[in-house]
Amino acid sequence: MKGWMGKLRTLVLLGSLAFILSGCGRDNLTALVPKGYGADVSMQLIILTTVVMTFVFLVVMVIYVIVLMRYRKKKGDPVINPEQVEGNKTLEAVWTIIPIILVVIMAVPTVFATFHLADDSDSEDHINIDVTGNQYWWHYDYRNEEIATSQDLYIPVNTKVYVHLITNDVLHSFWVPSLSGKLDVNPENVNTMYIEAYEEGVYFGKCAELCGPSHSLMDFKVVVVSEEEYDQWVQDMQNFDTETLDLDPVAQEGRELFEEKSCVQCHATDTQNYSAGSVPIGPDLTQFADRSRLAGYLDPTKENLVKWIQDPESLKPGNLMTGAYPELSDDEADKIAEYLLQLKPSEITAESKED
Amino acid sequence: MSIAATGKRSFGSFLWDYLTTVDHKKIAHLYLAGGGFFFILGGLEALVIRIQLIRPENDFISAGFYNEMITMHGTTMIFLAGMPILIGLMNAAMPLQIGARDVAFPFLNALSFWLFLFGGLLLNLSFLFGGAPDAGWTSYASLAMQSPGHGVDFYILGLQIAGAGTLMGGINFIATIVTMRAPGMTYMRMPLFTWATFITSVLILFAFPPLTINLFLLMFDRMFETAFFNVALGGNTIIYQHLFWIFGHPEVYILILPLFGLFSDIFSTFSRKRLFGYTAMVFATMLIAFLGFMVWAHHMFTVGLGPVANSIFAVGTMAIAVPTGIKIFNWLLTMWGGQVTVNSAMLWALGFIPSFTIGGMTGVMLGSNVADYQYHDTYFVVAHFHYVIVGGTIFGIFAGLHYWWPKMFGRILHEGMGKFSFWVFFAGFHLTFFIQHFLGLMGMPRRYWVFLHDQGLELGNLISTIGAFLMGIASIVFIYNIVYSAIKGEKAEADPWDGRTLEWSISSPPPYYNFEQLPLVRGLDPLWIEKMEGDGKIPPGEPLDDVHMPNGSFIPFLMGLGFFIAGFGFIYQVDHSLWYLALYGGLAFSIGCMVVRSLQDDFGYYIPKEELKKALEGEAK
Repeated sequence: MKGWMGKLRTLVLLGSLAFILSGCGRDNLTALVPKGYGADVSMQLIILTTVVMTFVFLVVMVIYVIVLMRYRKKKGDPVINPEQVEGNKTLEAVWTIIPIILVVIMAVPTVFATFHLADDSDSEDHINIDVTGNQYWWHYDYRNEEIATSQDLYIPVNTKVYVHLITNDVLHSFWVPSLSGKLDVNPENVNTMYIEAYEEGVYFGKCAELCGPSHSLMDFKVVVVSEEEYDQWVQDMQNFDTETLDLDPVAQEGRELFEEKSCVQCHATDTQNYSAGSVPIGPDLTQFADRSRLAGYLDPTKENLVKWIQDPESLKPGNLMTGAYPELSDDEADKIAEYLLQLKPSEITAESKED
Repeated sequence: MSIAATGKRSFGSFLWDYLTTVDHKKIAHLYLAGGGFFFILGGLEALVIRIQLIRPENDFISAGFYNEMITMHGTTMIFLAGMPILIGLMNAAMPLQIGARDVAFPFLNALSFWLFLFGGLLLNLSFLFGGAPDAGWTSYASLAMQSPGHGVDFYILGLQIAGAGTLMGGINFIATIVTMRAPGMTYMRMPLFTWATFITSVLILFAFPPLTINLFLLMFDRMFETAFFNVALGGNTIIYQHLFWIFGHPEVYILILPLFGLFSDIFSTFSRKRLFGYTAMVFATMLIAFLGFMVWAHHMFTVGLGPVANSIFAVGTMAIAVPTGIKIFNWLLTMWGGQVTVNSAMLWALGFIPSFTIGGMTGVMLGSNVADYQYHDTYFVVAHFHYVIVGGTIFGIFAGLHYWWPKMFGRILHEGMGKFSFWVFFAGFHLTFFIQHFLGLMGMPRRYWVFLHDQGLELGNLISTIGAFLMGIASIVFIYNIVYSAIKGEKAEADPWDGRTLEWSISSPPPYYNFEQLPLVRGLDPLWIEKMEGDGKIPPGEPLDDVHMPNGSFIPFLMGLGFFIAGFGFIYQVDHSLWYLALYGGLAFSIGCMVVRSLQDDFGYYIPKEELKKALEGEAK
């Protein structure tokens, strides 16, 4: 199916280039400019079906306009009794058979693409990441690398990466429009799909299944880095140990508060106590200071962080952190923030990949 | 009842008349008023949603309240506005179109209405009692079970009660059409609207039980600690989605098929031409209804059902395009060669064709499941189903109201205002929803309380909000038009559109017994046949005789009230056992009403031959 559809695609893409440049949405978010394999396959079918259906629409509109121009009763026209036509077998056969052919034209590539994308027989040879949806954050457990992180998903460019999706609470849906179509995150079974990015960069991810008040704030990022950078990042993550961090006194106090105020009961901060398959109650903070966003959507400034630590409800309504820890003074929140901003295991960050 | 015959009435007797009526025409009025009220409510909710989305990261309403708004907007528009208004139109026109004096079970008809109204009121009272449902109109199990407060309980009980009414209505219409057609009115002479009513009723009959079951399971899980959908205890949430869509997909056809029938009648009437390909139209409707039960999983392409299920449902979905296409072309060819009068009713019908065709187009596009991985749960889907439901159902309702208003109320709606509200609504509709296709593909999922800055979604959302307000303005003009016509409107003759079907052969509004003598039908479009070949009058199909009529009854209202009270009991018994009083009390009251009704000998009454004779002589003059 690739050959002629590819040609068609080039044609349509070239034709609508101006349109794409002017208003196809934000780069790395929009599905209209695919930058990954899954998004590409979907785009081919979007274009095919749009072309076929636009043709049908135009046929309908041409007849419609002709009818209205020729047969509309104008002012002063005498009332007539037109011939009472019962129907026309030939015509009716034509507009039954042609749509059947059009449906076949759309159905065959769809079925091929469905089976093609659902084939996960080679998953063993690739990176496998267990993704867990939570209200309202994402947990990533790299199966063979023995590391875990949250919110920012780091993957290498031009390789298949298998994600295995499950939720801890209610339904979510994992969607990175520029890289791939979405797949639901169910509580009862693991759903598997792969993503393969063509370009390095930071891609926007969205939750696409209503999951509560902060559904619209459950954003995440996919950070696509080069193969070498990815290996380096994995190594950095594996070697990161908060015990050996060189902290200034304020951050040191922050670390103590982090333990004292029971933050540590929900949040892991390094891979030293990694245990495969277990999902922390709150997001893993190992590389917190490298995050591209705070709470999935805010600028990662210290000011926002302090506000978040003190009153998460005002930033993400319905989140499960609210009320799970004792109240914090400005000073305490500031110190904890200072500590968290030291958690930078790697030089490879989302920031370095963002335009 | 005989009250209708008396001239001036006090408001009290007017109210009592409507509270106890079993006349299909008055029940139609009730449905239209109830559905209209909820339509305004749902419209206001839509405007609140659009104001919230007028700019990025807006904080016009809170996240929790936003979820209540989207849930109530969807639920209200589908269950409490769309369907009741359609059932109202069916009640108003279908018995007249087949030449019957009423529906088969007039008492049941009234009960259907009161159940709908009390169910709808129960659902909306949640706003006053601690918060409306907030898990979406689909109310998917995992979130719906976690939802705090009683919102979702109101959703369950409200829909359960309203749904029971709808199911009874469906059964009633089937019985009516099967048994009460006038002499000569064979199935293949029925107007398309009657056909569509028949097929829609069959859909209701098969689609509503899965909903009922699903709501019961969810209710047991939430109130009585069962575990049908509780994964931790071995339940399964996917089952909820299946059951919901086994109901939910036919439901969208319940919302559109009656209008397919109505548009067929309108195109034919205002083109002064017989419907092109009548037989094909009937069978296409049946085929759409049948296929409508075979494609529910296309709402679940991203659930992870696997490639086999996804492929089957994808192909099935695309196949629906074929019978739908047949209908569109047959409508166009009905107008071809005719003399097309463009008035308000016809404008809405003409506006429907391009709008609905776009909705059908995107429907086929969504049917390609691999493409749907991108569209699913985004604004593309929001755009698609509004193109179908607004561009089809709502346009159709407006068309139907303009078309049958003279028949129902004896007044013609103002043409100028009618055209104005069409054009403003039409522009606002496309402005609101066309851009949403692109918003979805540009990465905006549906049910988003806020969209973020700098994601390229600002302009589209602003345009969308502006369009929504235009639709609001058009609706206000339409309501004003109703008020204006009631006071100053032109009085309607029996046959203002030079119609073709039986409802135009009797006075506007019709007498409470509809036909003095049941009509004799000599073919498709019986009135047209008599105009062309006879004297323009439908010949009688029976000798003049006393006419048997049912008595009115207050019991349907009381039964609805009983279930309404029991609903509150169910919702609140988890908080305090005193509420069992309401639960059992309400149920006992309703069952008591049933017993009374069953034991009571109510033979109805007869309209004497002489009265009908007088009426006939009056008409002749």
